This record gives sequence, structure tokens and C-alpha cells, in this order.
Amino acid sequence: MTKEKIIQLENICKRYKMGDSIIPAVCDVHLDIYKGDFIAIVGPSGSGKSTMMNMVGALDLASTGDIFLDKINIEKLAESELAQIRGKKIGFIFQTFNLIPTLNALENVMLPMIFQGTPAKARLERAKKLLVDVKLSHRMFHLPNELSGGERQRVAIARSLANDPDVILADEPTGNLDSKTGAEILDMFMELNKKGKTIIMITHDNNLAKKAKRIVYLKDGKIIKMHG
Amino acid sequence: MIKDFFLLAINNMKKRKLRSFLTMLGIFIGIAAIVSLISLGQGLQTAITGQFSSLSTDKLTIQNAGTGFGPPGSTVVEKLNDHDIQVIGRVRGVKTVVSRLLRVVRVEYNDVTSFNYIADLPEESDKMKIVYDSMTIMAKEGRLLKKDDRGKVIIGSSVAKGIEFDKEITVGKKIIIQGREFEVVGVLKESSSFQVNLVIIMLNDDVADLLNIQDEWDIIVAQVETGEKTEEVAKNIERAMRKDRDLKEGEEDFSVQTPLQAISSINQILNIINIIVVGIAFISILVGGIGVANTMYTSVLERKKEIGTLKAIGAKNSHVLAIFIIESGLLGFIGGLIGVIIGASLALSLSSLANNFVGTQIITVQLSIPLMISVLVFSFLMGILFGTIPSYQASKLRPVDALRG
Repeated sequence: MTKEKIIQLENICKRYKMGDSIIPAVCDVHLDIYKGDFIAIVGPSGSGKSTMMNMVGALDLASTGDIFLDKINIEKLAESELAQIRGKKIGFIFQTFNLIPTLNALENVMLPMIFQGTPAKARLERAKKLLVDVKLSHRMFHLPNELSGGERQRVAIARSLANDPDVILADEPTGNLDSKTGAEILDMFMELNKKGKTIIMITHDNNLAKKAKRIVYLKDGKIIKMHG
Repeated sequence: MIKDFFLLAINNMKKRKLRSFLTMLGIFIGIAAIVSLISLGQGLQTAITGQFSSLSTDKLTIQNAGTGFGPPGSTVVEKLNDHDIQVIGRVRGVKTVVSRLLRVVRVEYNDVTSFNYIADLPEESDKMKIVYDSMTIMAKEGRLLKKDDRGKVIIGSSVAKGIEFDKEITVGKKIIIQGREFEVVGVLKESSSFQVNLVIIMLNDDVADLLNIQDEWDIIVAQVETGEKTEEVAKNIERAMRKDRDLKEGEEDFSVQTPLQAISSINQILNIINIIVVGIAFISILVGGIGVANTMYTSVLERKKEIGTLKAIGAKNSHVLAIFIIESGLLGFIGGLIGVIIGASLALSLSSLANNFVGTQIITVQLSIPLMISVLVFSFLMGILFGTIPSYQASKLRPVDALRG
């Protein structure tokens, strides 16, 4: 059974200019991510995880090499096309939740759909359903600062699913949560994966990584080990 | 989608009330100033030109004028008199000459003494008609004066209110002018010219008797023949009187004014005042606009992470640009709206204060709808203009950099 590749990083090198010197953050990276994967990218801080995540999520382009998202070479795309692809195919979950502080939970979940031109009624219905799925329907009209950390992350998960993307990209999703809440969030990821979503999780926590089906170990900007 | 951006912008303003208010403060002060000053200015202009509604374009006004130039005694101020009436009557282009007296007298009523203007009315019927027509006088109560109405007066609407006498003066009542009793036979309809509203009119013979005036006139009105050019006839009269009085040009002790001259010089002054004042108001709007730019710039800096998130969840550069530009446009628009409301209220209250002070409706504020709409459009566009650069910068932020915070 050949699995479909959904994200490919081919011979990726990302270099940053710091003052006069050029520092390679990530180099010699080759990674294929398949549809339905639950993959954790692990490494200590400074290993290049964030850089990897940015490229995998089409938030940044590589200095050399190609990135393919659903067989499309994103290196060749203009920013507006990239944005569209991001909105449609990738759902982001951040360590610091990154909810819009002036919008309530419902409005935050509806936001990604606005940029895809989804009509208002459809937006509202879908957002309500997603909040029910993450068991937050009773907090729909609360602002982020009225929600607990775990509740905010659940809103973020609902938001990431708004446009029904193929890939969920989570950057240290439990980093700001206590262990119990963190475990609940992880359970949600496993549920989503069972339903067919590709989950890519960045973390520095080895224990967390073990819950995934595949693990990619990063050190000093290079992949040193792969499991699964 | 644009509609959603408007809703997002309004939501942002609601959630950041104090900052939005402070930003709009600069704009609405400037807009309020412009709206109130233009409305008051137009009302004032209408009021002033309304004073001249009593003059028509075919009537010239000749008055006494002091010269004040030259060594004392070198110019003799000769008051207008019957001889002048003859001289003017003979000038080419002059149809009729009407002479008028306008004086201040002591008036007693209801045991209160006050001072008032009186104006005389010629007894010849054709001249009487000219005066009535030129002042567009109409009786509201009672009737107008006729020939043989000695001892009778008609009074203007403000006089009839009798505010200084603590009692209304109605038709049939008697008032004492310079110690002599006069009966009020008519009250005039309210006029746009406040001179008409404040005047007491009596026959010429009564005025001459009362004040012991002989062969003296305050104003001579010359009606121009149809077909003749008013300015030319004015020059002819000047020439004739100069010759008659043996005066050099520039040393006249009289003045011949065409109605247009009077209005245009006042209009010129009003226009200059208007321009200066509106100029200042525009500067203040400019400052307000800079406030918008400052707020938007700060907003972009503060919301960098938000912008990064928006891009991560699928917002294109153009979407981010639209969101921020609409926000700054709305700041301008709502500031303008508040400014228009404040400006209009200010104009209305100031004019009603002025009217109460003078005792008659001299300033009627004209709130022009086109003015207010164009002011609103202008403040919306200005908000957009001043928000353009920060909004553009926001749209160009790279998601990676923005998310870093």
C-alpha cells in the first residue's frame, strides 16, 4: 500500500544572516510526510525545530531546496497563493494559543473561514459544531482572557479545523499547559488522527513525542534519527 | 468579505474604546470647527446680505461723509440738503429722488424711557411707494401709514415686542416720542433686515417738527432709469455734486454707494475671515489625521503577533491591508460623524445665543446636507490616507517574523 505523500522537504537548507555571518539553522534535511501520519519532530532548543515547522507549514521558504505541499512546489508561489494554501490545507496550533484577543471563542473559530470566503451562515454553523466537538459550546461567547489555558488551546484546535485542512501543525501544543490538560489535548490529537487528519507535532518533550506514530529527532539543524 | 472586515474593524474599535476615542478627538475637533464655522459663516453672510434686501440694484444711496484730510477748515462738511436733491434730480439717468431722515429719539411707554430709531416717510405718494417697495415693508397688524397720517406711527416687529418697556406695543396704543404722543396704527411683519425690525416710521413733516429739522437730509436715494447702468449713473451723480460743491476728486464730503458695492466689500471681508478660520480648522484636521497615523502605526506594532496569526490561518497580504485600512478609515469616519454632530449643535446654539442677544432673528444657521456629507466622506478618506503606510507595512510583514512577536 503506497501512502500518499502530503509534505516533502527535499534537500532543505535554511540559512540566517546574523550581522556579518551566515548561520545555517537547518541543513541537509530530507523528510517525507504521508497522509494520515502522526509525526513528532523532537529536539532540544536551538535544534532547528521551529525553522523546520515554519517551512513545513509554508510560513517560510528555504534558502535552498524544495518544499512540496500536496505535490505543489511552494517555493515557486507568491505570498498570496501561499496564504490561500495555508488557509485551506494546514491548521496551525501554537504554544501560546495565538487567539485574537478582541474576538470571542466563536468568532475566533470562524475567522479562518472568512478568508476563504465562506458565507456567514455556514461559518456560524460549522464553528458552533467544532466548539461542541472540543466540548466548549458553553464558553462560546467568552473572550480568550476569560478562558483557561486548556480551554484556549481547545478553541485553537477548533479554529485549526475550521477549513477542514488535511494537516494539523502543532508547535509545542502542551508547552503552556499542566500535565492533565496536556494529556487531554493529546487525546484530541489522537482522535483527529484516527479520523484521517495528518498531525505534525513539534516538541522538546520526549515523552510527548512517544505518543506519536513517527518520531524525527533533530540536533543542530540536522535529522539524526527517525522512528516509525 | 469586505463586510466582514468592516465588522472586524468596528469590533476592534469597541474593544479599544479609550484609544479609539483619543484618536478620534483630534479629528472631531477639527471637523466640528469646520462644520460650525462654515454653517455660522453662511448664516452670517445671509443675514448681512439680507440687511441689503431693502436695497435693490436700481437704487443708489447718497450719504454724508466726513473727509478728515487736509488742514482744518480746508474742507467744509456740508450736509445733504434740498439743493442736493435738485442737483441729483437733474443728473442723467436718475428717475426719482427720495430723501430720508434717520434719527435716534427718546421713546416713553408703560412708564419706561428708552431710545429708538425713527425713520421718516415722504408724503408724496410716488415717493412713499418707492420707500415701501424698497424696504419690502408689509403690515402684520393694522395698516401702513398714509398721507395725512400726522401723529401716527408704524413700528417694526422687534419694537412691538416691547422688551425694553416690559409691555407689548399693539395697534391702537399710544407711545410718547420726544414728549409728544403718537398713535400706533400698524406693526410691520418681521423682516430679514433687522433695521426694519427695530424702526419706528412716521411722516416726514412729523420728524421735521419733532426734531426741528430744516433743509437737512440723512440719506438721499436715487432711483435709476430702466436701461441705464447703475455704476455709470453713480459716477454721474458724484461728478455733478463735486462740481456743485466745488470739491476736488477724493475730497468729497458725501458718498454715493451702489448696493453691490456695499455688499461686495462686506462679502470680501467675510470671505477672508472665512478662509482664515477654515484654514485653521484644516490644520487641526491635519493634526487629527497624524493622530490616526500614530494610532495605526502603534496598533500594527502591538498586533504584530496577531497579524502573523492572521496570515498563518490564511489571510493574504491584501486581506491584512484591507482590515487595517478599513479600521483607520472608520476612525476617520466616526470621528467625522461626531464632529459633524458637535459642529452642527454648536452652530445652532451659538446662533440662537446671538439672536437672543440682539433681540431678533438675525442669524439663521443653514445646515447644508451636502456640506455634512462631503465632510463625512472627506474624514473617511483622510482616515484611510493617514492609515495607508502603517497598513501597508502590516500587510507586508512576513508571517515568521510577525509570529516571533
